Amino acid sequence: MKFDAPAGKNLFDNARIVGKSTRRIDGPLKVTGAAPYAYERHDVIPNQAYGWIVGAGIAKGRITAMDTSDAEAAPGVIAVLAAPKMQPVGSSPFNYAPLFGGSDVTHYHQAIACVVAETYEEARAAAALIRTRYDRGEGTFDLKAKKSTAPMSGEPKTRGDFDAAFASAPVTVDETYSTPGESHMSMEPHATIASWQGDQLTLWTSNQMIAWSKDALAAILGLDAANIRLDSPYLGGGFGGKLWVRADAVLAALASKETGRAVKIVMQRPLIANNTTHRQATIQRVRLGAEKSGKITALGHENWSYNVPSAGDGETATAQTPVLYAGDNRYVAEYCARLDLPEGNAMRAPGEAPGHLALEVAMDELAEKLGMDPIALREVNEPGKTVPGQPDKQFSERNLVRCMKEGAELFGWSKRNAKPGLVRDGRYLVGMGMAAGFRGSPTMKSAARVKLAANGHVTVETDMTDIGTGSYTIIAQTAAETMGVPLDHVTVELGDSAYPASAGSGGQWGAASSTAGVYAACVALRRKIGEALGFDGDAATFADGKIVAGDKTHALGDAGAMSAEDAIEFGKFQRDYNIGTYAAHFCEVAVDAYTGETHIRRMLSVCDAGRILNPLSARSQVIGAMTMSVGMALSEELAVDPRFGFFVNHDLAGYEVAVHADVPHQDVVFLDTPDPAISPIKAKGVGELGICGPGAAIANAIYNATGIRVRDYPLTLDKYLDRLPALV
Amino acid sequence: MKAFTYERAKSPAEAAAAVAGREGAKFIAGGTNLLDLMKLEIEAPTHLVDVQDLALDKIEETNDGGLRIGALVTNTALAAHPKVRKDYAVLTRAIVAGASGQLRNKATTAGNLLQRTRCPYFYDPNMPCNKRVPNSGCAAAEGFSRQLAVVGTSDKCIATYPGDMAIAMRVLDAVVETVLPDGKTRTIPMAEFHRLPGDKPWLDNTLGKGELIVSVRLPAPVGGQHFYHKVRDRRSYAFALVSVAAILNDDGSGRVAFGGVAHKPWRVEAAEALLPQGAGAVVAKAFEGASPTEHNKYKITLAERTLAGVIAEARS
Ligand SMILES: Cc1cc2nc3c(=O)[nH]c(=O)nc-3n(C[C@H](O)[C@H](O)[C@H](O)COP(=O)(O)OP(=O)(O)OC[C@H]3O[C@@H](n4cnc5c(N)ncnc54)[C@H](O)[C@@H]3O)c2cc1C
Ligand code: SF4
Repeated sequence: MKFDAPAGKNLFDNARIVGKSTRRIDGPLKVTGAAPYAYERHDVIPNQAYGWIVGAGIAKGRITAMDTSDAEAAPGVIAVLAAPKMQPVGSSPFNYAPLFGGSDVTHYHQAIACVVAETYEEARAAAALIRTRYDRGEGTFDLKAKKSTAPMSGEPKTRGDFDAAFASAPVTVDETYSTPGESHMSMEPHATIASWQGDQLTLWTSNQMIAWSKDALAAILGLDAANIRLDSPYLGGGFGGKLWVRADAVLAALASKETGRAVKIVMQRPLIANNTTHRQATIQRVRLGAEKSGKITALGHENWSYNVPSAGDGETATAQTPVLYAGDNRYVAEYCARLDLPEGNAMRAPGEAPGHLALEVAMDELAEKLGMDPIALREVNEPGKTVPGQPDKQFSERNLVRCMKEGAELFGWSKRNAKPGLVRDGRYLVGMGMAAGFRGSPTMKSAARVKLAANGHVTVETDMTDIGTGSYTIIAQTAAETMGVPLDHVTVELGDSAYPASAGSGGQWGAASSTAGVYAACVALRRKIGEALGFDGDAATFADGKIVAGDKTHALGDAGAMSAEDAIEFGKFQRDYNIGTYAAHFCEVAVDAYTGETHIRRMLSVCDAGRILNPLSARSQVIGAMTMSVGMALSEELAVDPRFGFFVNHDLAGYEVAVHADVPHQDVVFLDTPDPAISPIKAKGVGELGICGPGAAIANAIYNATGIRVRDYPLTLDKYLDRLPALV
Repeated sequence: MKAFTYERAKSPAEAAAAVAGREGAKFIAGGTNLLDLMKLEIEAPTHLVDVQDLALDKIEETNDGGLRIGALVTNTALAAHPKVRKDYAVLTRAIVAGASGQLRNKATTAGNLLQRTRCPYFYDPNMPCNKRVPNSGCAAAEGFSRQLAVVGTSDKCIATYPGDMAIAMRVLDAVVETVLPDGKTRTIPMAEFHRLPGDKPWLDNTLGKGELIVSVRLPAPVGGQHFYHKVRDRRSYAFALVSVAAILNDDGSGRVAFGGVAHKPWRVEAAEALLPQGAGAVVAKAFEGASPTEHNKYKITLAERTLAGVIAEARS
C-alpha cells in the first residue's frame, strides 16, 4: 500500500478497538514470567553452552600478550576465543567501534576474549584466569579539552543575520549548558543464543531492529543475510541500546561456529556501559535575543559532542531548535570531537533529549529577564503554519499552545510565584517549572502478513519488536479493527526475521509505521476474501466477525483459510510536512533548604501526538520517559576518568537511575489529535516525546524553588550546596 | 567466582575454629555482600563456613536494661523490633534508610557491620586498588572520588565504610561481642571495631582471623530525640553521600556520628560536646584535619548543613 497523500476519513475515525485503553495482550505472560527473554530460551535448541565475555582493561592501545592456557585447562571449558588470534570481524554501517578480533584496543571493555564452558559459572571462573598484557596508548577522553578544536559537522543552519540581531537585541541570554554521557541500562542486558545448522545461523537475541541487524550481522561476519535468522519476540527494554548487533551476538555466533554447540551469552552488567553504546555528553551554548515583547529575534544554539575516531555523529542536541520557535535570525551548529571513549549511538530521543535540557532552560531564563510568564513567552514565539525559514514545509498538526494552556490549567500553574526562592513549606523550598517538548515523528516502510483461519481467527506476523512498549497490543487492535473481529480473535507474532520486515522499534517510528503496515496487510486480505466471495473488499463492512457486502452477509471465515502480505510505503508528500509530536511538561519540586536534596512532588505531561492507539500503554510510555527524565536531570551520569579513559561507575549501583521514591505523582494527558499526514491510522509514537522536556521542567522548578541556576547536568546537590540559603 | 568448598557450622566456637584453621576460609551469613564480591573475584574464598544454623537470631534484653542483638538477626527484624523502635529509634531509622526491603530481609547484623566499601575502583579488577590488592596503588585518590572519604584518609586509601546501621550503633555506644577460635570471647566497642585505612587499607576492621561475631550489645537506652538523615543522589536505594545519626537532648546536648565521610562511622566526642553551639562548631571540630579531594570537599559543607537541619528539627 502506498501512502501517497494525507489520509481521508476512514474506518479508524469510527474505531471501536483502536484508540481504546486496552490491557497488554502479552501482560499475563510478562507478569507470570512466562514470556521468555533471549537468555531464557532454554527450549529452542538443546545442549546450550555458556559464553563469558572478557572486556579490555585499557581504553586504548594494543594487547601484547594473552595467555589463555589456564583458562583452557579449567573445568568445563570447551573453547577460548582470544581476539589477538582472530581476524577482526567486519563492520556494518551501524557499528563504529570494532566488535571483536585483532590486538588493537580502541575502548575500555572492548571484547577481547570469550570463554565457552558447560556452565555459566565455569565460563566465568575460567575467564578470570586469562592473563592479558597491554601496551597502553595515549588517548583523548575529555570533551571539554577538545571542544575548541572540534570540527563542525555539516553546515550550520543559518537564517538572516544572527550576529547583528543578537548584538542589537534589548534582552539577551547567552549561557552554556552541559549534559553528561548516559547509559541505556535496560533491565534485560544484551543477550543472545546462537546456533548453526550447516551454513544457516540462528540467533535468539534481544534486538529492536530485526531487519537492520540481520544485514549488519551478515556484513560483520561475512555471511549471506539469507542464511541468518534472528528471533527476538520479547525484550526487557532497549532504549536504543539494542538497535544494533553487539558483542554478545557476534561472539555467540563465532563461539557456536568454533565449538559446534549452541552458545548463549549475556553481556555482563559491569560491561554494558563501556562495551556497548551510550548517549554522548554535550556542551551546548544557547544564545537568545528578544524584543521587549518577548519576540525572539536571534536564536543561536551550538552543540559540541563527540564520537569515536573512526566514524559517527555526536549527540545532535540542536535537533529541536529549528522547529520549536519562531525567530528570524538564527545560527544553529553541531560540532563533533573525536574521542577514544566507547562508541556513542542512539538513546531514547537522541539529540532532542539533552537538547531540551539546554534550550528549554534558556527559554526559562529569557522569560525571567523579560518579566514574562514562560508560557506566554513560548506563545509569542509560536511559529505560523510553516517551519520557520521553510515556507514550503507546513506543520501537519501542531498543538503546542493548547498543550501548554491545558497543562497550565490542570497543573495549577497560576499559583506559581514567578519570583524564585520565596515559597517555603517547612524546611523545603518549593517551586514549579515547565518546558515545551518536540520530537520528530518519522515513518519507515513496514510490512506484515495476516493469516485468516477458517474459523475466523486472525494471526499477524511481522518482524516488528515489542521492547516493552506495547507493540503486540496496538498491532492486535489494528488487525481486530480492520478485520472486524474482537481482540481475542487475533494472535500477534513478532520479532522473527522469517516474518515480513517491519519498521522496527526506534526513533519513535515503530507504532505509527508498524500499525500502518499491519493495516496494509489487512486491507490486502480483505480484498482477497472479497475476490474469493465475489465482493469489493474495500467497500464491504467487516465487523463483529461478519462481512456485510451489499445485501449479503458472510462469516469472516467463509472463504476458507488464506493469507495476505503487504507493506505500507510512505510517499514523498510527507516531505512537504513537518510531522512531529509536541508536549508541555510541568513539574513541582521541593528542595531541602538545608541539604539541597530535590524531592519531586508531581509531574504532568500534556501530549499532542496524533491519534493515541492505546491510551493505557501510551501513558506507560510517557510516564516511563518522564521517569527517565528524572534520572537524566538529577542523577544519571557516566563519570569519565580522563586518566584511564573509561566510565567509572559502570554498574547499577554507581549509575543511578531514578527509583520509585523519586517519582511520587505523574499525570499524562493526550490531546488525541489525529494527524492525516502520518499514516492511514493518523497515529504517532509517544515513547520519545516523553523524554523531551521534563528534565528541563525539573531544572526550571529547582530554579523557581531556590533561585539557583545550575547549568551542568545532572543537578546534584554538590553543585549548589554553597548557594543555598545561609544557615541561621 | 572461584570454586570453593562449603560447610555449615554447628556452634560458634566450631565456626571460628573452622575459619581460623584454613587458609582462604570465610564466614558467610546472608551472602548479600560476599557473593557479589565473589562473582567479581574481589573476594575469592576457597572455603565458606555458613553460620546460618547458629542460633544467633534473637534479640534479648540484658540485665542492665540494654539489648543483645544476635549476629544473625536480619536487618528487617532488628528495625521492626518494638523496643528498638521505641528506645533506639536512630537504629531503626538508619537500617530502613539502607538497601531495599528484599536485601534487608536477608542481610544480617554481623554481615552488615562487615560490608565492604563501595569505592568504584575497588569494584573494577582492572584498576589499581590497595584495598583489593595490597600495595597496587589507589586509583581513586586522583580519580572520581565524589562518593569517597574526606576525613581519616591515608595516601593509600580514601574509601568509606558505606553502611548505615553501624553509624547508629556508634552513636548508641554499641559493643560487638565475638568468639575466638580458641573458644574464648571478646568485646569490641564500636569505636574500635572499624579501623582507619592507614598503611593497611585492606584491613577494614579489628577482627582477628576466624573471630566470629556472635552479637552486638546495646547499653541501656539514653533517651533523647533520635534522628538519622541520610543524604544521597536519589531518594532510595543508594549509599549515603553523608549521613547524620544523632541523639539530641532538650538542653541542646547530645551525640552525633557521621556516615559516608570516613573509613569508619565518624564520631568525635570532643566535637559533639559542642552541639549546644550549633552544627558549625561541631563539624569544624569533627572534621579537623580533613583532607578532601576537589570532588568531595562538598561533603564537609553537607555534613554541617545536614546536622543543622537535624538540630532545627529537634527544636521544632
Ligand atoms: C544493592 C545493594 C544495596 C545496598 N544498600 C545499602 C545501604 O544503602 N546501606 C547499607 O548499610 N547497606 C547496604 N547494602 C549492604 C547490605 O546491608 C549488606 O550487603 C548486608 O548487610 C550484608 O549482610 P549479609 O548477612 O548478607 O553479609 P554477608 O554477605 O554474608 O557477609 C558479609 C561479610 O561479613 C562476614 N560475616 C558474616 N557474618 C559474620 C559473623 N557472624 N562474624 C564474622 N564475620 C561475618 C562475611 O565473611 C563477609 O565478609 C546494600 C547491598 C546491596 C547488594
Ligand atoms: S580508595 Fe581505597 S578502595 Fe578505593 S581505589 Fe583507593 S585503595 Fe582502593
